[in-house]
Amino acid sequence: MSAPSDLRYTRDHEWIKVDGDEATVGITQYAAEQLGDIVFVELPDSGRDLEVAKPFGVVESVKAVSDLYAPISGAVTSTNDALAKEPELVNSDPYGAGWMIKLTIADPTQIDDLLDGSAYDDLVAAG
Amino acid sequence: MTDPGVAESVIHETPLASRHEALGARMIEFAGWRMPVQYTSILDEHRAVRERAGLFDLTHMGEMLVEGPTAGEALSNAVVSNPLALEPGRAQYSMICAPDGGVLDDLIIYRLGQDRFMVVANAANAQVVSDALAERLARTRAVLDDHSLATGLVAIQGPRSVDVLSPLTDVDLAGLRYYAIAEGRVAGIPASVARTGYTGEDGFEVFVEIERTGEIWDALLDGVQGAGGLPVGLGARDTLRLEAGMPLYGNELDRTTNPFEAGLGRVVKLGKRGDFVGRAALERVAAEGPKRQLVGMIVEGRGIARHGYPVAVGERRTGVVTSGTQSPTLGVPIAMAYVATTDAEPGTMVDVEIRDGRVPARVVPLPFYRRSK
Repeated sequence: MSAPSDLRYTRDHEWIKVDGDEATVGITQYAAEQLGDIVFVELPDSGRDLEVAKPFGVVESVKAVSDLYAPISGAVTSTNDALAKEPELVNSDPYGAGWMIKLTIADPTQIDDLLDGSAYDDLVAAG
Repeated sequence: MTDPGVAESVIHETPLASRHEALGARMIEFAGWRMPVQYTSILDEHRAVRERAGLFDLTHMGEMLVEGPTAGEALSNAVVSNPLALEPGRAQYSMICAPDGGVLDDLIIYRLGQDRFMVVANAANAQVVSDALAERLARTRAVLDDHSLATGLVAIQGPRSVDVLSPLTDVDLAGLRYYAIAEGRVAGIPASVARTGYTGEDGFEVFVEIERTGEIWDALLDGVQGAGGLPVGLGARDTLRLEAGMPLYGNELDRTTNPFEAGLGRVVKLGKRGDFVGRAALERVAAEGPKRQLVGMIVEGRGIARHGYPVAVGERRTGVVTSGTQSPTLGVPIAMAYVATTDAEPGTMVDVEIRDGRVPARVVPLPFYRRSK
């Protein structure tokens, strides 16, 4: 399956969707499949300032612990509270109900540095 | 996800590898073998075993035969349990220790006949066990024969195991007690069927000549899938054994742990006749009592305690997590940990250091899960 073309991607398998001056962040379907059944998601509090490429949270599957990396710098405006009770949403709907955080966009040029859908597909295909 | 290191070291291939791949398994290197870690989902595979049946490829496990006059006495001197107390056709959980009482491996010993035993070791320790047995049996009349690479092993585990296996075997399963083994046929192929496992469920382990493992797997997989079960990888094997409170070598057990700390003092038969490797050290531990103890914990805050995370009581470091996961059956994070004996009482509140924070956890009795009979 190919990555949605309206999103941008990091090499660490996060996606980001820009909506005006706010962006939504999650992990890709490929990442969710590689992790397996996700059982825990740890997200930052609203208001926290994130720095591009720095860890902002943790996603855990039954087997593994994996850091989440900020695709861009910005302040967290909200987090997906549903994941506390239903972390499996990340597996079942990674680009929708499995979203993780919304944040402000501190520097729009950072988005241009991210991969588009086809470049991300190439990254995954290359293993 | 290719691994360039694979070509450089010897990796054993299970005879079922192509079958696993056809089933969509993700294969990993484990203890020198390329084995399936999961086929579909660890949670689905885990539930299949708890509710119906699961089929495991355990060909990586080590199987060693100890035979000949005085085989029982020789083996008794090499391990902490008493194989001589076994009736032929019965099995016991055991450990092989270093002279200082540290655990080299945990084992299942099957008495196949009066002077014929099979020792089953963990894959990661098969060579260590084989070497230690060779050394310890050297000046006896017992003969060690390492059959690890000649023996296939598949396990069927779960409440439907009897229903699935019965029509495929001439072994009387109703008469086969827990920790017993019988020779017979499975799917027409000569095999030994043992009522043992590592999941906390009823089930069987089937030993077969390695070339014929595939035929037995195919027949059992048909039956398992017909009963609504699944093939199960090493991922769910780990969550199943953890819920059942069973130790995993490398996590709960290693050369720096002794059986008493691990809560397995009952396995050490200090009353048996003769010396055995580790006796003096283990007698000391038994007399003084272990300084730390393996406990179960349920994490009560948010987070999952994982192998290696520190455990504290107040400002005092009391121990370390050995295994932890989100329990698929209980729906809460469970863990096993070594803590100071004074903090090991069920009900004790401790903190697990998870990344930058401390998360409260309660010491609970093991196992976390016990099947209803």
